Amino acid sequence: MLNIGGLSEGFVLDHIEAGRSMEIYQYLNLDKFDCCVAIIKNARSNKMGKKDIIKIECSIDAIDLKALGFIDHNITVNIIQNDRIVEKKRLSLPKEIKNVARCRNPRCITSIEQEIDHIFVLTDPVKEIYRCKYCEEKYRRKKK
Amino acid sequence: MRHLMSPLDFSVEELDQLLDLANDIEAHPEKYAHACDGKKLATLFYEPSTRTRLSFEAAMMNLGGNIFGFSSAASSSAAKGESVSDTIRMISCYADICAMRHPKEGAPMVASAVSSIPVINAGDGGHQHPTQTLTDLLTIRSLKGRLDHLVIGLCGDLKFGRTVHSLVRALARYEHITFIFISPEELKIPGYIKEDVLEAQNIPYKEVERIEDVMSDLDILYMTRVQRERFFNEEDYIRLKDFYILNNKKMKLAKEDMIVMHPLPRVNEISVEVDKDPRAAYFRQVQYGVYVRMALILTLLEVNVC
Repeated sequence: MLNIGGLSEGFVLDHIEAGRSMEIYQYLNLDKFDCCVAIIKNARSNKMGKKDIIKIECSIDAIDLKALGFIDHNITVNIIQNDRIVEKKRLSLPKEIKNVARCRNPRCITSIEQEIDHIFVLTDPVKEIYRCKYCEEKYRRKKK
Repeated sequence: MRHLMSPLDFSVEELDQLLDLANDIEAHPEKYAHACDGKKLATLFYEPSTRTRLSFEAAMMNLGGNIFGFSSAASSSAAKGESVSDTIRMISCYADICAMRHPKEGAPMVASAVSSIPVINAGDGGHQHPTQTLTDLLTIRSLKGRLDHLVIGLCGDLKFGRTVHSLVRALARYEHITFIFISPEELKIPGYIKEDVLEAQNIPYKEVERIEDVMSDLDILYMTRVQRERFFNEEDYIRLKDFYILNNKKMKLAKEDMIVMHPLPRVNEISVEVDKDPRAAYFRQVQYGVYVRMALILTLLEVNVC
Protein backbone atom coordinates (compact mmCIF):
# COMPACT_ATOMS: atom_id res chain seq x y z
CA MET A 1 0.00 0.00 0.00
CA LEU A 2 1.30 3.42 -0.99
CA ASN A 3 1.67 5.82 1.92
CA ILE A 4 1.35 9.53 1.56
CA GLY A 5 1.83 11.81 4.56
CA GLY A 6 -1.03 13.70 6.19
CA LEU A 7 -1.78 17.36 5.72
CA SER A 8 -1.73 20.06 8.35
CA GLU A 9 -3.84 22.42 6.23
CA GLY A 10 -5.45 21.91 2.84
CA PHE A 11 -7.88 19.68 0.99
CA VAL A 12 -8.36 16.02 0.29
CA LEU A 13 -10.54 15.50 -2.75
CA ASP A 14 -11.93 12.02 -2.36
CA HIS A 15 -14.19 9.82 -4.48
CA ILE A 16 -12.94 11.17 -7.77
CA GLU A 17 -14.02 8.91 -10.61
CA ALA A 18 -10.99 6.74 -11.48
CA GLY A 19 -8.97 8.31 -14.28
CA ARG A 20 -10.27 11.88 -13.88
CA SER A 21 -7.73 13.22 -11.39
CA MET A 22 -5.48 14.78 -14.03
CA GLU A 23 -8.48 16.49 -15.60
CA ILE A 24 -9.32 17.99 -12.21
CA TYR A 25 -5.67 18.93 -11.68
CA GLN A 26 -5.89 20.94 -14.90
CA TYR A 27 -9.31 22.50 -14.16
CA LEU A 28 -8.16 23.69 -10.73
CA ASN A 29 -4.95 25.09 -12.24
CA LEU A 30 -2.94 23.16 -9.68
CA ASP A 31 0.09 23.32 -11.96
CA LYS A 32 0.26 27.02 -11.10
CA PHE A 33 0.22 26.40 -7.32
CA ASP A 34 3.49 26.49 -5.43
CA CYS A 35 2.38 23.86 -2.95
CA CYS A 36 2.59 20.14 -2.33
CA VAL A 37 0.05 18.14 -4.40
CA ALA A 38 -0.32 14.36 -4.32
CA ILE A 39 -2.33 12.55 -6.96
CA ILE A 40 -3.36 9.01 -6.19
CA LYS A 41 -4.78 7.08 -9.11
CA ASN A 42 -6.83 3.89 -9.01
CA ALA A 43 -6.99 3.64 -5.22
CA ARG A 44 -9.15 0.79 -3.91
CA SER A 45 -12.67 1.88 -2.95
CA ASN A 46 -15.49 -0.15 -1.40
CA LYS A 47 -18.06 2.21 -2.88
CA MET A 48 -16.58 2.78 -6.33
CA GLY A 49 -14.26 -0.17 -6.91
CA LYS A 50 -11.50 2.21 -8.01
CA LYS A 51 -11.17 5.91 -7.37
CA ASP A 52 -8.71 8.77 -7.61
CA ILE A 53 -7.73 11.05 -4.73
CA ILE A 54 -5.97 14.42 -4.77
CA LYS A 55 -4.31 15.87 -1.65
CA ILE A 56 -3.44 19.55 -1.74
CA GLU A 57 -1.46 21.29 0.96
CA CYS A 58 -2.54 24.91 0.79
CA SER A 59 -4.56 27.62 2.48
CA ILE A 60 -8.22 26.61 2.53
CA ASP A 61 -9.36 29.71 0.70
CA ALA A 62 -6.98 29.09 -2.21
CA ILE A 63 -9.27 26.82 -4.25
CA ASP A 64 -12.52 27.64 -6.04
CA LEU A 65 -14.87 24.90 -4.86
CA LYS A 66 -17.61 26.30 -7.07
CA ALA A 67 -15.57 25.20 -10.07
CA LEU A 68 -15.13 21.77 -8.53
CA GLY A 69 -18.92 21.39 -8.29
CA PHE A 70 -19.10 21.96 -12.04
CA ILE A 71 -16.40 19.39 -12.74
CA ASP A 72 -17.91 16.62 -10.61
CA HIS A 73 -20.33 17.33 -7.81
CA ASN A 74 -20.01 13.77 -6.48
CA ILE A 75 -16.47 14.42 -5.21
CA THR A 76 -16.10 14.57 -1.43
CA VAL A 77 -14.08 17.54 -0.26
CA ASN A 78 -12.39 17.10 3.10
CA ILE A 79 -11.12 20.38 4.52
CA ILE A 80 -8.12 19.94 6.81
CA GLN A 81 -6.94 22.39 9.43
CA ASN A 82 -4.55 21.72 12.30
CA ASP A 83 -4.07 18.11 11.12
CA ARG A 84 -7.81 17.35 11.46
CA ILE A 85 -10.77 17.14 9.10
CA VAL A 86 -12.79 20.20 10.09
CA GLU A 87 -15.42 19.89 7.39
CA LYS A 88 -16.69 17.43 4.79
CA LYS A 89 -18.13 19.57 2.05
CA ARG A 90 -20.92 18.47 -0.24
CA LEU A 91 -20.69 20.03 -3.65
CA SER A 92 -23.58 21.26 -5.75
CA LEU A 93 -23.90 22.24 -9.37
CA PRO A 94 -23.06 25.95 -9.61
CA LYS A 95 -25.57 28.06 -11.56
CA GLU A 96 -22.77 29.75 -13.48
CA ILE A 97 -19.06 29.19 -13.87
CA LYS A 98 -16.54 31.68 -15.10
CA ASN A 99 -13.22 30.88 -16.78
CA VAL A 100 -13.19 27.24 -15.73
CA ALA A 101 -13.89 25.79 -19.15
CA ARG A 102 -13.61 27.18 -22.66
CA CYS A 103 -16.31 27.07 -25.32
CA ARG A 104 -15.24 24.75 -28.13
CA ASN A 105 -17.66 26.11 -30.72
CA PRO A 106 -15.41 27.63 -33.42
CA ARG A 107 -18.26 29.97 -34.39
CA CYS A 108 -18.52 31.41 -30.86
CA ILE A 109 -17.35 34.98 -30.24
CA THR A 110 -15.13 33.65 -27.42
CA SER A 111 -12.94 32.08 -30.12
CA ILE A 112 -11.75 35.51 -31.30
CA GLU A 113 -12.58 38.21 -28.76
CA GLN A 114 -9.67 39.08 -26.45
CA GLU A 115 -10.04 39.33 -22.68
CA ILE A 116 -13.54 37.93 -22.56
CA ASP A 117 -14.75 35.78 -19.67
CA HIS A 118 -15.70 32.25 -20.68
CA ILE A 119 -19.01 31.75 -18.93
CA PHE A 120 -21.19 28.63 -18.81
CA VAL A 121 -24.71 28.67 -17.39
CA LEU A 122 -26.56 25.68 -15.89
CA THR A 123 -29.61 25.30 -18.14
CA ASP A 124 -30.83 21.85 -17.07
CA PRO A 125 -30.00 20.80 -13.48
CA VAL A 126 -31.58 17.36 -13.96
CA LYS A 127 -29.54 16.43 -17.03
CA GLU A 128 -26.60 18.53 -15.71
CA ILE A 129 -26.38 20.54 -18.91
CA TYR A 130 -24.29 23.68 -19.10
CA ARG A 131 -24.43 26.02 -22.08
CA CYS A 132 -22.12 28.80 -23.19
CA LYS A 133 -23.61 32.15 -22.19
CA TYR A 134 -22.81 33.62 -25.61
CA CYS A 135 -23.55 30.95 -28.23
CA GLU A 136 -25.59 28.45 -26.10
CA GLU A 137 -23.41 25.57 -27.26
CA LYS A 138 -23.73 22.65 -24.88
CA TYR A 139 -20.61 22.00 -22.81
CA ARG A 140 -19.17 18.59 -23.65
CA ARG A 141 -16.85 17.01 -21.16
CA LYS A 142 -13.56 15.62 -22.39
CA LYS A 143 -13.59 11.89 -22.93
CA LYS A 144 -11.38 9.95 -20.55
CA MET B 1 -31.50 50.37 -20.65
CA ARG B 2 -32.61 47.32 -22.59
CA HIS B 3 -31.05 45.34 -25.41
CA LEU B 4 -32.54 42.68 -27.71
CA MET B 5 -30.50 39.50 -27.94
CA SER B 6 -33.16 36.79 -28.29
CA PRO B 7 -36.86 36.84 -29.20
CA LEU B 8 -37.54 35.39 -25.75
CA ASP B 9 -36.10 38.51 -24.08
CA PHE B 10 -39.63 39.91 -24.22
CA SER B 11 -42.40 38.30 -22.17
CA VAL B 12 -45.63 37.39 -24.00
CA GLU B 13 -47.24 40.55 -22.59
CA GLU B 14 -44.34 42.75 -23.68
CA LEU B 15 -44.46 41.16 -27.11
CA ASP B 16 -48.17 41.95 -27.35
CA GLN B 17 -47.43 45.60 -26.59
CA LEU B 18 -44.65 45.67 -29.18
CA LEU B 19 -46.87 44.11 -31.85
CA ASP B 20 -49.73 46.49 -30.94
CA LEU B 21 -47.34 49.40 -31.44
CA ALA B 22 -46.23 47.97 -34.80
CA ASN B 23 -49.86 47.68 -35.92
CA ASP B 24 -50.51 51.27 -34.84
CA ILE B 25 -47.49 52.39 -36.89
CA GLU B 26 -48.94 50.50 -39.86
CA ALA B 27 -52.30 52.24 -39.43
CA HIS B 28 -50.97 55.74 -38.64
CA PRO B 29 -47.45 56.10 -40.08
CA GLU B 30 -47.65 59.93 -40.09
CA LYS B 31 -47.97 59.94 -36.29
CA TYR B 32 -44.47 58.44 -35.99
CA ALA B 33 -42.74 60.33 -38.82
CA HIS B 34 -40.76 62.56 -36.42
CA ALA B 35 -40.64 60.32 -33.35
CA CYS B 36 -36.86 59.90 -33.64
CA ASP B 37 -35.88 63.33 -34.94
CA GLY B 38 -32.24 63.94 -34.00
CA LYS B 39 -31.60 60.29 -33.05
CA LYS B 40 -29.00 58.13 -34.77
CA LEU B 41 -29.00 54.41 -35.52
CA ALA B 42 -25.66 52.72 -36.19
CA THR B 43 -25.86 49.62 -38.38
CA LEU B 44 -22.80 47.50 -37.61
CA PHE B 45 -22.87 44.71 -40.17
CA TYR B 46 -19.77 42.54 -40.04
CA GLU B 47 -21.18 40.32 -42.78
CA PRO B 48 -23.27 41.11 -45.84
CA SER B 49 -27.03 41.44 -45.56
CA THR B 50 -29.51 43.16 -47.81
CA ARG B 51 -32.87 42.78 -46.21
CA THR B 52 -32.07 43.17 -42.55
CA ARG B 53 -29.75 46.16 -42.87
CA LEU B 54 -32.01 48.02 -45.27
CA SER B 55 -35.04 47.18 -43.15
CA PHE B 56 -33.37 48.72 -40.08
CA GLU B 57 -32.32 51.76 -42.07
CA ALA B 58 -35.80 52.21 -43.57
CA ALA B 59 -37.32 51.83 -40.10
CA MET B 60 -35.12 54.58 -38.61
CA MET B 61 -35.68 56.87 -41.59
CA ASN B 62 -39.47 56.38 -41.29
CA LEU B 63 -39.14 57.58 -37.69
CA GLY B 64 -37.27 60.73 -38.77
CA GLY B 65 -33.92 59.54 -37.44
CA ASN B 66 -30.53 59.29 -39.08
CA ILE B 67 -28.42 56.26 -39.91
CA PHE B 68 -24.76 55.43 -40.39
CA GLY B 69 -22.61 52.33 -40.19
CA PHE B 70 -20.73 49.76 -42.21
CA SER B 71 -21.87 46.80 -44.27
CA SER B 72 -18.92 44.41 -44.06
CA ALA B 73 -16.08 43.63 -41.67
CA ALA B 74 -13.60 44.64 -44.38
CA SER B 75 -14.85 48.22 -44.29
CA SER B 76 -14.71 48.44 -40.49
CA SER B 77 -11.92 48.65 -37.96
CA ALA B 78 -12.43 44.91 -37.36
CA ALA B 79 -10.14 44.52 -40.38
CA LYS B 80 -7.43 46.19 -38.28
CA GLY B 81 -8.07 43.73 -35.48
CA GLU B 82 -10.29 45.85 -33.23
CA SER B 83 -12.40 43.86 -30.77
CA VAL B 84 -16.20 43.98 -30.72
CA SER B 85 -16.02 45.49 -27.21
CA ASP B 86 -13.83 48.37 -28.32
CA THR B 87 -15.92 49.03 -31.43
CA ILE B 88 -19.14 49.33 -29.44
CA ARG B 89 -17.53 51.59 -26.83
CA MET B 90 -16.57 53.91 -29.68
CA ILE B 91 -19.96 53.66 -31.43
CA SER B 92 -21.70 54.43 -28.11
CA CYS B 93 -20.17 57.92 -28.36
CA TYR B 94 -21.65 58.48 -31.81
CA ALA B 95 -25.08 56.83 -31.91
CA ASP B 96 -28.22 56.46 -29.77
CA ILE B 97 -28.92 52.83 -30.68
CA CYS B 98 -27.26 50.16 -32.81
CA ALA B 99 -28.11 47.04 -34.77
CA MET B 100 -25.30 44.50 -35.02
CA ARG B 101 -24.87 41.53 -37.34
CA HIS B 102 -21.80 39.40 -36.79
CA PRO B 103 -20.71 35.98 -38.09
CA LYS B 104 -19.60 34.94 -34.59
CA GLU B 105 -22.32 33.66 -32.28
CA GLY B 106 -22.78 35.78 -29.15
CA ALA B 107 -20.97 38.87 -30.54
CA PRO B 108 -23.94 41.21 -29.90
CA MET B 109 -24.13 39.92 -26.32
CA VAL B 110 -20.47 40.82 -25.80
CA ALA B 111 -21.26 44.27 -27.21
CA SER B 112 -24.29 44.72 -24.94
CA ALA B 113 -22.19 44.02 -21.84
CA VAL B 114 -20.06 47.15 -22.38
CA SER B 115 -22.38 49.35 -24.44
CA SER B 116 -23.97 52.53 -23.15
CA ILE B 117 -26.62 52.44 -25.92
CA PRO B 118 -29.22 49.74 -26.69
CA VAL B 119 -27.84 46.92 -28.86
CA ILE B 120 -30.10 44.95 -31.19
CA ASN B 121 -28.92 41.54 -32.35
CA ALA B 122 -29.45 41.66 -36.12
CA GLY B 123 -28.21 38.06 -36.55
CA ASP B 124 -25.23 36.30 -34.99
CA GLY B 125 -24.04 33.39 -37.12
CA GLY B 126 -26.37 30.42 -36.94
CA HIS B 127 -27.49 31.36 -33.44
CA GLN B 128 -30.24 34.01 -33.18
CA HIS B 129 -32.03 36.41 -35.46
CA PRO B 130 -34.62 37.91 -33.13
CA THR B 131 -35.94 40.68 -35.39
CA GLN B 132 -36.82 38.05 -38.02
CA THR B 133 -38.83 36.23 -35.36
CA LEU B 134 -40.57 39.46 -34.34
CA THR B 135 -41.34 40.02 -38.03
CA ASP B 136 -42.79 36.52 -38.31
CA LEU B 137 -44.93 36.95 -35.19
CA LEU B 138 -46.28 40.31 -36.40
CA THR B 139 -47.06 38.82 -39.83
CA ILE B 140 -48.90 35.86 -38.33
CA ARG B 141 -50.85 37.95 -35.82
CA SER B 142 -51.77 40.56 -38.44
CA LEU B 143 -52.83 38.12 -41.16
CA LYS B 144 -54.31 35.31 -39.05
CA GLY B 145 -55.58 37.51 -36.21
CA ARG B 146 -54.00 35.39 -33.48
CA LEU B 147 -50.85 33.68 -32.28
CA ASP B 148 -52.60 30.69 -30.73
CA HIS B 149 -54.71 27.80 -32.07
CA LEU B 150 -52.64 27.42 -35.23
CA VAL B 151 -51.21 24.56 -37.23
CA ILE B 152 -47.90 25.65 -38.68
CA GLY B 153 -45.89 23.68 -41.22
CA LEU B 154 -42.19 24.46 -41.39
CA CYS B 155 -40.62 23.24 -44.60
CA GLY B 156 -37.11 22.86 -45.98
CA ASP B 157 -33.88 23.25 -44.06
CA LEU B 158 -35.02 22.73 -40.49
CA LYS B 159 -31.59 21.63 -39.29
CA PHE B 160 -29.52 24.76 -39.92
CA GLY B 161 -32.30 27.34 -40.24
CA ARG B 162 -31.99 29.66 -37.25
CA THR B 163 -35.23 31.45 -38.15
CA VAL B 164 -37.10 28.16 -37.79
CA HIS B 165 -35.56 27.37 -34.40
CA SER B 166 -36.33 30.85 -33.07
CA LEU B 167 -39.88 30.78 -34.40
CA VAL B 168 -40.58 27.38 -32.82
CA ARG B 169 -39.33 28.64 -29.43
CA ALA B 170 -41.38 31.83 -29.75
CA LEU B 171 -44.64 30.14 -30.84
CA ALA B 172 -44.25 27.41 -28.23
CA ARG B 173 -45.26 30.02 -25.64
CA TYR B 174 -48.79 30.26 -27.09
CA GLU B 175 -51.71 27.88 -26.56
CA HIS B 176 -52.73 25.10 -28.91
CA ILE B 177 -49.99 25.37 -31.48
CA THR B 178 -49.29 22.27 -33.57
CA PHE B 179 -46.03 22.03 -35.47
CA ILE B 180 -45.57 19.96 -38.61
CA PHE B 181 -41.95 19.66 -39.69
CA ILE B 182 -41.53 18.94 -43.39
CA SER B 183 -37.98 18.11 -44.39
CA PRO B 184 -35.72 15.48 -45.93
CA GLU B 185 -34.00 13.14 -43.48
CA GLU B 186 -30.72 15.09 -43.64
CA LEU B 187 -32.30 18.43 -42.73
CA LYS B 188 -34.62 17.38 -39.90
CA ILE B 189 -35.25 19.67 -36.95
CA PRO B 190 -32.53 19.11 -34.29
CA GLY B 191 -33.28 16.75 -31.42
CA TYR B 192 -32.73 19.42 -28.78
CA ILE B 193 -35.58 21.54 -30.18
CA LYS B 194 -37.92 18.53 -30.04
CA GLU B 195 -36.82 17.43 -26.58
CA ASP B 196 -36.10 20.72 -24.80
CA VAL B 197 -38.88 22.83 -26.31
CA LEU B 198 -41.71 20.64 -27.60
CA GLU B 199 -41.69 17.40 -25.62
CA ALA B 200 -40.80 19.25 -22.40
CA GLN B 201 -44.05 21.23 -22.74
CA ASN B 202 -46.18 18.49 -24.35
CA ILE B 203 -46.58 20.49 -27.54
CA PRO B 204 -47.85 18.32 -30.41
CA TYR B 205 -45.67 17.94 -33.48
CA LYS B 206 -45.08 15.54 -36.33
CA GLU B 207 -42.37 15.05 -38.90
CA VAL B 208 -43.10 14.25 -42.53
CA GLU B 209 -41.17 14.19 -45.76
CA ARG B 210 -43.90 14.98 -48.31
CA ILE B 211 -45.44 18.45 -48.29
CA GLU B 212 -48.54 17.15 -50.16
CA ASP B 213 -49.46 14.86 -47.26
CA VAL B 214 -50.06 17.71 -44.82
CA MET B 215 -50.89 20.72 -47.00
CA SER B 216 -54.63 20.64 -46.24
CA ASP B 217 -54.01 20.71 -42.45
CA LEU B 218 -51.98 23.89 -42.38
CA ASP B 219 -52.94 27.41 -41.31
CA ILE B 220 -49.43 28.62 -42.10
CA LEU B 221 -46.75 27.20 -44.38
CA TYR B 222 -43.32 28.57 -43.51
CA MET B 223 -40.88 27.84 -46.33
CA THR B 224 -37.11 28.09 -45.93
CA ARG B 225 -34.15 28.13 -48.26
CA VAL B 226 -31.52 25.42 -48.20
CA GLN B 227 -28.47 27.57 -47.50
CA ARG B 228 -25.31 26.81 -49.41
CA GLU B 229 -23.13 28.44 -46.70
CA ARG B 230 -24.28 25.93 -44.08
CA PHE B 231 -22.90 22.94 -46.00
CA PHE B 232 -19.34 21.68 -45.91
CA ASN B 233 -20.03 19.39 -48.82
CA GLU B 234 -21.18 20.88 -52.15
CA GLU B 235 -22.60 17.52 -53.27
CA ASP B 236 -25.02 17.42 -50.32
CA TYR B 237 -26.13 20.97 -51.05
CA ILE B 238 -26.85 20.23 -54.72
CA ARG B 239 -28.75 17.06 -53.84
CA LEU B 240 -30.97 18.78 -51.27
CA LYS B 241 -31.48 22.29 -52.60
CA ASP B 242 -34.42 21.46 -54.83
CA PHE B 243 -36.04 18.90 -52.54
CA TYR B 244 -39.11 21.13 -52.12
CA ILE B 245 -40.55 23.46 -54.69
CA LEU B 246 -43.87 25.04 -53.85
CA ASN B 247 -46.01 25.59 -56.94
CA ASN B 248 -49.65 26.26 -57.84
CA LYS B 249 -50.43 22.54 -58.02
CA LYS B 250 -49.45 22.06 -54.39
CA MET B 251 -51.19 25.30 -53.40
CA LYS B 252 -54.48 23.81 -54.66
CA LEU B 253 -54.31 21.34 -51.78
CA ALA B 254 -54.16 24.10 -49.17
CA LYS B 255 -56.90 25.85 -47.21
CA GLU B 256 -58.28 29.05 -48.73
CA ASP B 257 -57.06 31.12 -45.81
CA MET B 258 -53.66 29.49 -45.37
CA ILE B 259 -50.70 31.87 -45.65
CA VAL B 260 -47.27 31.13 -47.11
CA MET B 261 -44.34 32.77 -45.36
CA HIS B 262 -40.61 32.83 -46.14
CA PRO B 263 -37.78 34.75 -44.44
CA LEU B 264 -36.31 35.45 -47.90
CA PRO B 265 -34.19 35.45 -49.98
CA ARG B 266 -35.78 32.59 -51.87
CA VAL B 267 -33.87 30.76 -54.53
CA ASN B 268 -36.31 28.41 -56.22
CA GLU B 269 -38.14 26.74 -53.34
CA ILE B 270 -41.20 28.86 -54.13
CA SER B 271 -42.09 29.02 -57.80
CA VAL B 272 -42.71 32.61 -58.98
CA GLU B 273 -46.22 31.57 -60.15
CA VAL B 274 -47.19 31.37 -56.46
CA ASP B 275 -46.43 35.10 -56.01
CA LYS B 276 -49.81 35.97 -57.56
CA ASP B 277 -51.71 33.75 -55.13
CA PRO B 278 -53.35 35.93 -52.45
CA ARG B 279 -52.13 33.45 -49.85
CA ALA B 280 -48.48 34.30 -50.64
CA ALA B 281 -47.54 36.52 -47.69
CA TYR B 282 -43.76 36.71 -47.99
CA PHE B 283 -43.55 40.20 -49.47
CA ARG B 284 -46.07 41.53 -46.95
CA GLN B 285 -43.83 39.88 -44.34
CA VAL B 286 -40.98 42.18 -45.48
CA GLN B 287 -43.20 45.21 -44.91
CA TYR B 288 -44.14 43.96 -41.45
CA GLY B 289 -40.41 43.65 -40.79
CA VAL B 290 -40.05 47.41 -41.15
CA TYR B 291 -43.03 48.11 -38.85
CA VAL B 292 -41.78 45.79 -36.13
CA ARG B 293 -38.26 47.27 -36.28
CA MET B 294 -39.77 50.74 -35.97
CA ALA B 295 -41.69 49.56 -32.91
CA LEU B 296 -38.55 47.97 -31.50
CA ILE B 297 -36.44 51.12 -31.96
CA LEU B 298 -39.13 53.21 -30.23
CA THR B 299 -39.40 50.70 -27.39
CA LEU B 300 -35.66 50.43 -26.75
CA LEU B 301 -35.17 54.21 -27.01
CA GLU B 302 -38.17 54.61 -24.67
CA VAL B 303 -39.80 57.09 -27.05
CA ASN B 304 -43.51 57.49 -26.40
CA VAL B 305 -45.75 58.84 -29.15
CA CYS B 306 -49.16 60.05 -27.99
